[in-house]
Amino acid sequence: MTPLAEFRHVDFAYRASRAAAPRSARTAFALRDLSFTVEASEVFGIIGPNASGKTTLIRLLSRVLLPARGEILLDGRPLEQLTRAAVATQVAVVPQDVPQGFPYTVEELVLMGRFPHAPGRLFESAADRDHARQAMAQAGVADLAAERIDRLSGGERQRVILARALAQRARLLVLDEPTAHLDLRYQAECVGLLRRLNRDTGLGIVLVSHDLNLAAEVSDRLLLLAAGRAVRLGSPEAVLDDAVLEEVYGCRVLVDKHPASRRPTVQILWPYP
Amino acid sequence: MSPTARLVAALAVLATATAVAAMAALFIGSAPVSPRDVLAVLGGRASAAPVDQVVVLSLRLPRIAAALLAGGALAVAGVGFQGLTRNPLAEPSVLGVSSGAAFGVVLAQVFGLRAGPLEILGLVGFAFVGAFVAGTAVYAIAARAGGLPVHTLVLAGVIVGIFFSSAITVLISIVDFDRLGGVVHWLLGNLGPLPPAELGLFVAATALGFWLVLHPSRQLNLLALGEEGALQLGVDAERVKRRIFAGAALLAAAVVAFAGPIGFVGLIVPHALRLALGPDNRVLVPAALLAGGLFLLVADTLARSLIAPAELSVGVITSFCGAPFFVYLLRSRTERIEP
Repeated sequence: MTPLAEFRHVDFAYRASRAAAPRSARTAFALRDLSFTVEASEVFGIIGPNASGKTTLIRLLSRVLLPARGEILLDGRPLEQLTRAAVATQVAVVPQDVPQGFPYTVEELVLMGRFPHAPGRLFESAADRDHARQAMAQAGVADLAAERIDRLSGGERQRVILARALAQRARLLVLDEPTAHLDLRYQAECVGLLRRLNRDTGLGIVLVSHDLNLAAEVSDRLLLLAAGRAVRLGSPEAVLDDAVLEEVYGCRVLVDKHPASRRPTVQILWPYP
Repeated sequence: MSPTARLVAALAVLATATAVAAMAALFIGSAPVSPRDVLAVLGGRASAAPVDQVVVLSLRLPRIAAALLAGGALAVAGVGFQGLTRNPLAEPSVLGVSSGAAFGVVLAQVFGLRAGPLEILGLVGFAFVGAFVAGTAVYAIAARAGGLPVHTLVLAGVIVGIFFSSAITVLISIVDFDRLGGVVHWLLGNLGPLPPAELGLFVAATALGFWLVLHPSRQLNLLALGEEGALQLGVDAERVKRRIFAGAALLAAAVVAFAGPIGFVGLIVPHALRLALGPDNRVLVPAALLAGGLFLLVADTLARSLIAPAELSVGVITSFCGAPFFVYLLRSRTERIEP
């Protein structure tokens, strides 16, 4: 079966003078010789310390950036040969947050996810509205449809952004720190929702997170990045190794098993002076 | 309500109000023409006096048309600049774009472009280049990684505006003043009756600018997600930004060329429309064309009747309304706009 996404020996470096690049990107780290695949219906976790290249990887996968060397394939086709809109029908990115400058309603925001399916249309079709309604129901925000996004709580807004990505009807969902601003209840809901989507609709999920425990809990396979290189790739049990993590993160950790789910967990061994 | 339904409702209301205001404006003016005589002229009756015909058909009617065009163009340019910069304060006069266009017009007049369709076309061209240069300069000064901070953008606009205003003063000082007759009057922003050929050019420039802003208006909505968010949804962000910028600059330049730099219409009208209709640019852009025209027509009718038989500059009226409004927006909105 063709993988949903495949990186083949991908190199990328930011040019130091790129004025247009976001500030975080201008610290000129790179990806070096990165190869992996994301299989259909797989939950693929990407972890690594700050500046290891996680955000760059999302930008490459969503065609915001093009690789300097190597090749990225989506469903077997080179990403470079696809239009932006075509990429957006296959890869839906869930950012950490959205700017709230203009007071769009939840429904208006979710409908934006339909743009890549008919970029030439000025207004969405009735079918687009149906897709948006379904996506809002899936993410549990159907009741908020007429609400303004700047009046939502952080947890509600996160689910609305997820609904927008679901409205794209892509086969691959890319989540950037999905639980970063969420309290425990919303983290639990988020994991439940992702598992349900993955099980019921066969949606492939790429989860990029700082939270090793979250990644270990939901991922079928993990990719550990450090300084733009793949350090380990495999099952959570294989990747989350005390010695490797201590080397990559530069602090002492304890890898254990979750008492209920039997998934690996990672605890920091807090230093004492 | 779906955006199309909202758009149709808004256009129906605005078109009705504009028609009523335009009819009323035909009856108002410093020349003593009685309502009965206005009706006689409009009815094409032979009994109408030639003087009345001139006043109604050659002075008032073209001036009403100029007000509708200029107001609509400014409001659409405001919507475009605001979407582009994700900043509700962006507007041709605040951004210094109007000053850049005005410099272009004065420069064109120094080169001897004065009247006649071809020369006026050249004048619009100069105004467009001036607007383009000013807009680009403001962007270059204010752009930071990750966006355009609200206050920096406004400051950059003010600075660029001052620069071009000073440059205009220099031109006026070194060139024989008589050759630039009426330039001071024009710089305050004045609507006058335009000859048919110029009115035609004004219509063409406004139509082109309107289309350039309306056509990518769905993509402009998605730009509110930030540039990276828009790219990830399949929007060719650079292309959209270039088109909207070109369209908004053309609209602002045309207004400056045909009526002078009239401020704040592009601030007041889009904000009021956003309160009533929401932030969807596909609805805002067409609605702004009508609402801007209506607003400037009312302002211009006030300008020519408040101190009749003398006239105020319409730019004075819009600035009196716009300045307090700007302060209100600056204080209430900036905290919520992300840099």
